[in-house]
Amino acid sequence: MLERDQVLHVARLARLALTEDEVARMGAELSNVLDHIEKIRELDLEGVPPTSHVIDVVNALRADEPTPSLPREVILAAAPEPLHDGFGVPSPGAA
Amino acid sequence: MSELIDLTAAQAAERIRAGEISANELFEAYRERAAADELNAFTWVAESAPQDAGNGHGVALAGVPVAVKDLFCTEGVPSQSGSKILEGYRPPYTATVVAKLHDAGAPLLGKTNQDEFAMGSSNENSAFGPVLNPWDRGRVPGGSSGGSAAAVAAGLAPWALGTDTGGSIRQPASLCGIVGFKPTYGACSRYGMIAFASSLDQAGPLTRDVTDAALILRHTVGHDRLDSTSLQYPHEIELPMAEDLTGIRLGVPEDLTGAEGGIEPGVRESFDATLKLAERLGASIEPCRLPHAPHALSAYYLIAPAEASANLARFDGVRYGLRVDGDKDLVTMYSSTREAGFGPEVKRRIMLGTYALSSGYYDAYYGTAQKVRTKISEDFTAAFERFDFIVTPTSPCTAFSLGAKTADPLAMYLNDFLAVPMSLAGIPAISIPSGLSDGLPVGFQLAGPAFSESRLLDAAYALERAIGFDGSPARA
Repeated sequence: MLERDQVLHVARLARLALTEDEVARMGAELSNVLDHIEKIRELDLEGVPPTSHVIDVVNALRADEPTPSLPREVILAAAPEPLHDGFGVPSPGAA
Repeated sequence: MSELIDLTAAQAAERIRAGEISANELFEAYRERAAADELNAFTWVAESAPQDAGNGHGVALAGVPVAVKDLFCTEGVPSQSGSKILEGYRPPYTATVVAKLHDAGAPLLGKTNQDEFAMGSSNENSAFGPVLNPWDRGRVPGGSSGGSAAAVAAGLAPWALGTDTGGSIRQPASLCGIVGFKPTYGACSRYGMIAFASSLDQAGPLTRDVTDAALILRHTVGHDRLDSTSLQYPHEIELPMAEDLTGIRLGVPEDLTGAEGGIEPGVRESFDATLKLAERLGASIEPCRLPHAPHALSAYYLIAPAEASANLARFDGVRYGLRVDGDKDLVTMYSSTREAGFGPEVKRRIMLGTYALSSGYYDAYYGTAQKVRTKISEDFTAAFERFDFIVTPTSPCTAFSLGAKTADPLAMYLNDFLAVPMSLAGIPAISIPSGLSDGLPVGFQLAGPAFSESRLLDAAYALERAIGFDGSPARA
């Protein structure tokens, strides 16, 4: 069972401001899913290499040739707070 | 008009080329149907045929319009991956596969509803509300490409694009009685797809028949300089023409189709009947082993959420979409925006993925899952030494009632039991309708080795003709 403080710790890492109700529900639901998943830890996987990517491609590099990007104003048009030709954000220390 | 709707995309293209119907007439017929959609399958419908679609002559797909899942970015057109956090977002660029279809003569008809960020197997996790199954409006269409599947099945679109991370094309195709194809990982560019799990996500077709799926694949595969994981497809996708299955060896993986899979009796009946048909068409059928495949679901529900938790970090109220508590400090703004913008299933997966990657748990969960993934790939490699294709039902069950599984996330995840092994191995798989069980469609899945698309399409085509499934009730 995932304890309340574990749920809060993970929520903090994920930058999710869960409600009290969600914290309680998440603990039970995730524990239920993790109990099912636990079974794979019983497999003998000694010496098995991990697969992070199924296709045998390593360091796919393309020529380093500059090409035009989308215009700044086009990108900023979608931003909640365009500011001084950039993305405006609140101060990390603002009250 | 109803006659137009009963044509497959390939047949419609043929009629346009022959001058019997016009591309604009076809577009308008579908546009009207899509605009009057009662299934909540569409999130946006084009107002008119695009000017540059022309008369459909001189382009391979002849102007037959395509519906695409909301998560494909489409320039100037709402694209929010079924999420409230991207409300109002109109991307400044178009996904490569959508642009390729447009250039081949398939203009955009509309955007289709989906589970939020493609996380779900019922299309009930959408900010736009659930999609209804055209075979029975009290039931789900499957997910996450539920809008695409319902639209094609109901004749609101000639064909559609979806994405498949752990079954999200094949399972809704199965539940809606149409064809769904998940290509080899890397066959199609992921550029412009709003990412869920990058090592698994693939775009693919949802169509009325196998020939239409082949046509979309032919015009979407290939390397794209904007996606470094995309590959040069080794040859042109051929249109299927096989009339039988002579010499084809089909393997039935008892590790998946045995008791643990929870396959409904009606689904099993249809599956067994399809195997008998395959045998009559000349195929040999034998049991095969995929010993690690039953663990695929567990590995998948660690790997996919882990990748999702990283991919979805970009939704933080800075560059696009929703911002909440913009007058507070930065971390509060991030956390409040994500709390307000994400739905319950997306939060659950972000939490699961963040936990699986967190310090102290990484090796035990994510690391173990990656090793299981290796074993699953090895199982398939070994099986394909003896068999041409592995076959299973696509989904253990037919379309279930709306709300039936929403209270139990694990029960919902178990829907993907037969679909995720292929995703983890990156191999292609197709679902074709094999019949009805209590009036609801059942899907038959064939999976082959990487880049076996043309052979898979051929085998599915021969089976499709022998099965003779009638999808017309869903268009009524």
